[in-house]
Formats: sequence, structure tokens, C-alpha cells
Amino acid sequence: MSTPTTKTASLPLAQLTPEMAKLQEKFGADALVAAPYDGLLLNDPAKLLDVARYCRDELDYNMLANATAVDYAKEGYIEVVHQMQRVPGGGSPITLKVRVPRGDAVAPTEPIPSLVSVYPGAEFQEREIYDMYGVSFSGHPDLRRILMWDGFRGWPLRKDWREAYYEGETKPFESRWPGGNHVLAEERVPWGDNVEIPADFDPFTYTSKPDGNLYETMGVDVPSISSASLAEMALDTNRNGIADTEEMRTDRIIVNMGPQHPSTHGVLRMVVQLDGETVTDVKLVLGYLHRNHEKIGERNTWLQNTPYTDRLDYIVGMVNEWGYVHTVEKMMGIKPTERAEYLRVIMSELTRVESHFWAIGFLLNDLGAFYTPALYFITERDLILDLFEAVSGSRMMCNYMRFGGVNRDLTSEQWAQMRELVWDRIPRKIDELEELLSDNEIVKARCIGVGYLPADRSIAYSLTGPCLRAAGVPYDIRRADPYGIYDRFDFQIPTLFGADVYDRYRVRIAEMRESIKILKQAIEQAETNSKWGDIQAGKKAYTHRVPAGQAYGRVETPKGELGYYIVSDGGQNPYRYHIRSSSFINLNSLREMTVGSKIADAVVILGSLDIVLGEVDR
Amino acid sequence: MALLGQGILKGLGVTLRHFIATYTEDLKYWGRDAETGPRYLRRQSPKAKGTVTIEYPAEKAELPENFRNIPFLVHDTTLDEIKCTSCGICPKVCPPQCIWIVRTEDPVTKRPVPQPQKFFIDSTICMNCGYCAEFCPFDAIKMNKDYEIAYFPGQVPEDRLVYDKAMLEHPDTYHAALHPTGWAREMAEKGAAAAKKGGAPAPAAKAAPSPAAKPATAPAPGAPKPSASAPPPGAPPAAKPPSAGAPPPGAPPAAKPPSAGAPPPAAKPPAAPPPPGGKPAPGAPPPASKK
Repeated sequence: MSTPTTKTASLPLAQLTPEMAKLQEKFGADALVAAPYDGLLLNDPAKLLDVARYCRDELDYNMLANATAVDYAKEGYIEVVHQMQRVPGGGSPITLKVRVPRGDAVAPTEPIPSLVSVYPGAEFQEREIYDMYGVSFSGHPDLRRILMWDGFRGWPLRKDWREAYYEGETKPFESRWPGGNHVLAEERVPWGDNVEIPADFDPFTYTSKPDGNLYETMGVDVPSISSASLAEMALDTNRNGIADTEEMRTDRIIVNMGPQHPSTHGVLRMVVQLDGETVTDVKLVLGYLHRNHEKIGERNTWLQNTPYTDRLDYIVGMVNEWGYVHTVEKMMGIKPTERAEYLRVIMSELTRVESHFWAIGFLLNDLGAFYTPALYFITERDLILDLFEAVSGSRMMCNYMRFGGVNRDLTSEQWAQMRELVWDRIPRKIDELEELLSDNEIVKARCIGVGYLPADRSIAYSLTGPCLRAAGVPYDIRRADPYGIYDRFDFQIPTLFGADVYDRYRVRIAEMRESIKILKQAIEQAETNSKWGDIQAGKKAYTHRVPAGQAYGRVETPKGELGYYIVSDGGQNPYRYHIRSSSFINLNSLREMTVGSKIADAVVILGSLDIVLGEVDR
Repeated sequence: MALLGQGILKGLGVTLRHFIATYTEDLKYWGRDAETGPRYLRRQSPKAKGTVTIEYPAEKAELPENFRNIPFLVHDTTLDEIKCTSCGICPKVCPPQCIWIVRTEDPVTKRPVPQPQKFFIDSTICMNCGYCAEFCPFDAIKMNKDYEIAYFPGQVPEDRLVYDKAMLEHPDTYHAALHPTGWAREMAEKGAAAAKKGGAPAPAAKAAPSPAAKPATAPAPGAPKPSASAPPPGAPPAAKPPSAGAPPPGAPPAAKPPSAGAPPPAAKPPAAPPPPGGKPAPGAPPPASKK
């Protein structure tokens, strides 16, 4: 395969770390060159597996943190970016890039080797790259679209792809001012010239078999789903859609759980294959909440993205914002004020407490203890949200963080209320939560040993957050790659070794107690070390100059590692804006946790992962 | 070895405590709303026990001052003109691009006049982020608190989802009632600017205290103690800020009566800047903060 070459010489090249130098030494300095800004560029994609295996086995980069792609449309190639990290060692990840020619607008590119055999956690991320960029992967076990539906045409994150109500490449749009007469988008672009319908498409004869593709991967023989064949199947009483592979017929059936299933925490569809009550296979159908967040982010200006990040994982908006402003601040080279740093920690730890309250309450819902425990802890969560509302203006869509600071300081009344929550109310309620649930025999019987996934498999599946720590891996970004001012506080990373649903629950409780510890220190330090109202470094502005470059910034959300991979070309808008969402990547491991357990436990295991579909589908 | 079922019994004890506390709390404050404030305020505080329910729509939660929903335009009642100059910053910062402005042109010279001819906010697109109010250099656009904005089809005017200038414009008394501390800060800034401009030479202007103009220099809250004997949340607000109930759409701005508690526009001279504690200046309605 020929590798596209570009004018990389003019761009600043990455600084080589000792590990990168070791890689170069092993594979040759002309095969692995320093890439622009960050990471190593592998000239021959065929060697990707060897390099990844060496990273994992020799250099101990044992977890694939992030895999994504960037479309360099003008240069004519797509760059696939892999970032590997050491768990639980920590430190910044190593970046490995591969370039592949763009190909045409409909067919996928030439294949590059899939990393699933080295890092099983790459499965969903590579499917996402295939879905969004049309990069094909050889050796991938199940390369189908993941967020868009099967049969979708085009690659939505490529630079030349336009959404249905396309108005302009970047915001702000010209039509708004000074001659801004209001026009509804659907009147302006009534499925206009930006929607391409294939020439051979005839709606009257078109039949699709999107679910057929899915069921085929689960060993179900669905030749094609058309009205004729459905009628035939209905008449044929001997077949139930399952291939006869064994002599004795068994009752393996496919059950579609969701997308409108209350236990799936949103619009997630679990396609479960059952043998009696035992789960034999699980496939997930995602994308019901997909709104191409990353494309919206590339159209937005730097500032405009902050409120959109609230809508990712809408339970933990404050932390999402911090991840974004942290990454952009890193690129701009600015630092927030002391007061803002404290406020960020305070808001983020309060968010962790309220998110874990939510997660535990709804885990109990999944166990069948409907609503009473969940509502007890929603009450506590609401008190925290009251505080968010008072300081930021909104309970969940806070839009609180700004580049170099935060939006508003707390009044002394709110500050006193917060102290009361942190010193008295929340610790009391965590005790009550433990009294209510931790010793409960039914909870124990349903949770202990369920959803087991050992530490090495968790790392291989790129599992992060409380679920990884419940498997005995003390890995937390706040310690492994500290951001903000977390190095000033004394706190532990709670780690348990059960690797099951019960220990995930207990880790969350322990984390809430640690968050209270951080909050107490942060509040007291903020009172003595920082000046009230000093919340914005520099002048507040609505346009920002972010120098050309790229950065991967990450924070520890209550769900796991939230990473932002951002590429700037020096303009008013991000050139690439990728979100490494923990909910999405944690779902990789659901299959291995669930297969072999009972169908009722599948719901609990999903609950213990604590996903939010806003972040899964983006 | 614990007795089997002990954990369940312990948990049931917790639910029983919740159940009983709900009623004892009601009994404790029976008929004392006048001195302790309305039930929902007590029920929402961190000290509350038992079940917390606000019986919406019979009861409505008190909204904090900074609560935000769809924006509105401020009409200056002393000058009797809209404050907006159609400078175009709000459509530029608006993340979902829901603001449309037509700038006024002088019919003769064709030069732009600093006033919007048309102003639209598409409430179906607005994401309530508050950037327009935050970055407006003229304090001309503010965030409304009216969240009861659903309507039935057939209600007039037809196009209630796209707010035009007539629906967006509210008198500044309305803004003052919604955001008392924000209003006091604006007035103090205006007063300081006027003092600076008003012939006084530079040194005098420097000496003029304008603490509210620079909130950064306001005293730190010190170490507010979570005193258990915090006073109950004041007397019940005499007049609710007009957060609920949309003003009649399409009515001329002057016809919109400000809420009873709003300070008269005459009370404009720089009021004492509020301490960070948010204690309102005398005469201003109590801040609508949740306690």
C-alpha cells in the first residue's frame, strides 16, 4: 500500500519520549517517524499489529485509551490515531498514527489491520471509525456500522459530508445578522441539494435486511427480510429463525431488550441470545440517540462547545465541561485562577457524589427494588443540583466552566449551604445508604459473583472508572495523570478485588466518601488560599485563539476516563473534536461479563456499568 | 455469623424512619407557616427530613436569581427605548444559532441605526446556555425565568415558538424584579460611570468607591460557618418574582405591569452594592434563592 506523503516538514514535529525512541529503535527510524505535534507516524500500516504488540508486551502500554481518526481532506488522507496507556502505571499515553488514502465518498478505504486481537477494547472504537470515516479494518470480528444504521450511505465525520439541514461550514452563520429574518431550517433546506439519493434507489422495490446482518453475526440464518419471506416464515411452522446446527433442537431464542426498555438506562437495545434462561450471546445496537456531536463540535466555535458537552453525559455535566476546557486550556497555554481551580474541584466532586447516588439508586431499580431506594438518593442528588442551579443557573446543563476560569462564584449563603451539605447531610446519607443496602441479603445474593470480569480482561477491554477499580486495578486519572489541583489533596483510590456487581457498588460508596474528604479539604483551602470572586484569568472573551496543534486531555468522570482529542488548525473552530467516552467504551466488556449468566442478571450487570446513553451515542 | 435477614430488617428500619419522619415533620410545623416560611422551603432545605415533595403546580419551587431559560430583551423605561443596539454579538456567540436580528437602517442615509428592526429567538432551538446575556456589552438581553412555555395548538398568536421582538421585550422593572443583585450591580456601574463622566477630574473618579463594579475586590466570605442556628429563610417573599405566567404575548411592552415587588424605576441612583452574601438592598425584593 502506498502511503500518502504530505508537507509534514513545515509543521513542528513531536518531541520523542524515551518510549517512543525505543519504538523507533526497534522498528527503524524511517518506518516510524515523529508525527506533527504529537506521536509517532507509522509509514507502513501493515506493521501496525507488530508495533502494537511490542507496545503492549515490551513497553507495558497495556490499555488502548483512545482510537479515532482525523480527516485531512485537502491532503487526501485519513489519519487513524491510537493512544495507548499504562494501567495502573499512569503517565501520559503514547500516540501511534497511521495514514490511509481517503478513497471515494461511498466505498470504504483500503483496509488497515485491526487492533482487536491485541486490544479487544478497540472493537467498538474501530467500528465507530469505520462508521464515521469509512476506514476499513482487516481482521475485525464484526465490522458493521455502529452509530448509524446499516444501509446508511456516506461517512458522516468526513469533512466533505454535509448534514441534512446544512447551513455553513462553521458558526456563526451569515444569515443571522445583520439581515436576520427568521426562516425555519426545514423551509430553507427542504431536503435540498445536500442530500444525495443513489440513482438506483427505488423506494417501492427496496428491501433491507439491517437486522439480518446483525442476527447473522449471532448465528441466526436470516436470508433476507422482505415481506414475502416474512410471510413465508410465518407459514412455516417448523422454523423459528434459528439455524439448525445441532441434531437436537434446542430453544435458543433471540430477545430484543430495548430500545424502550426501562432497565437499559436509555435507548439502548440489547439483542440477547438465550438458551433457556442463560445468556449465550449479547450484541448491542447503539445510535438511537446519535446526533453527530463531534460534527456539531467541529462547526461550533471554541466557546460554543462548552454547553454542548453538558449534553454528553447529562448526569455529570460539570465534569464534562472541565474535560473540554482543560484540553483547550492545554492547547492555549493558559491557567485558570486559583479560585477557579478550587471551584472546579468542588463542583466536580459534588458531581461525583450525585452521580454515584444516581448509579446506586438505579442499580437497585434493576434489582427489582423499584423506586424507593432510587428516590431516597435522588432527594440527596437534588440538594446538590439545587446548589448547581443557584451558582450556574441550571440544574444539569450547567455551562459553568470557561477557558481560564468559571462563570460565577458562590455567594456566602450558597457557600454555607454547601458546607452544611458536605459536613453534615451527605456523609449522614451515605451512612444511611450503607445501612439500607450493604448488608441486605437479597442485594448480596443478587450481586456477589455476578458480572465477573478479572483485572487483565478489564484492562484489555479498556474498562475504566469504578468498574476497573472494583477489579483490583487502582487506576484513576486524578492520580495517574493529575489535572487541575488534585495533587494538593489527600485522598485514596478505593480499590476492591471482587470484580463483580457488589464490589462495583462498594467502590462507588467508598469513592463518595473519598469525594467528601476532597471536598472538605478543597472548601477549607479555598477559604484561606483564594480570593472571593477571582474566577477568571485574563479578560473574558467570546473569541479565542487556539494555536494550531493537537491535544488529548482527559479527566476522571464518575463513569471512567473522559478524553477529548482535539485538533486545531489555528482557526475559530476546532478542526477535529473527538470524545473518548467511557460509557461507550465500557460497553465493550458487557458481552464477556454477561455471557453465561441469567437473563435477569444481564440487566443488573448493565446497571453496574452505569452508562448514560447521551455519552454512548453522542 | 449474622442472623440471616438482619440486613433486610436494618434496611426496613431505614424506610420506616423515612416514613415516620415525613409525618412528624408535618406535625412539628403544623400551622406555623407564618413564622417558619412556606412548607416547600422547609422541605427542600438540607435540614429536611422524610419525603420531599413539592406539589407542583399547587406549590412552585422558588427559583434562584441566576436561573435561566429563554432570553428576553430589556426595555429601558426611563428613556423609553429598547436597550439593544443590534451589535450582533449575541447571534455570534449563540451555540445553536437561534437568534436572528435585522438591523435598522436609516431610510435616508442607509447607515445602520443602533436599534433592532426585528429580533427573533427560536425557542425550539434555544439551549438556555446564557451566553447571550453573559456577553452582551449593553445589558440588553437577559435570561428569563418563565419555564411554563408550553402551549396548545390553536392558541394565539399562532407562532408562539418563534419569539419576535414584541414577545421578547420586557421593561427593566421586570428585569430588576427577576435579578435584584444583577440589577443593583448594573445600577452601581452606571452610577460610577456617570460620576466619572460628570466633570469630576480623574483623581476624584478614582476615589469614588465603586466596589460593585469590581466584584473581585469585594470581601471574601471569610469562613462562613455551617451554623446550625441559621435563621429560617426569612419571611415569605411578599411578592413572587414574575417567574410564572407569561406576560400576555404581543402586548406592547408598556402594558406589561411589573410585579408588585419590583422597585420603581425611580429608585435608580446607585443603590448600596449588595454584599456577596446576596442580601438585597432595601427596597428590592428578596432574592429568589432556594434555601
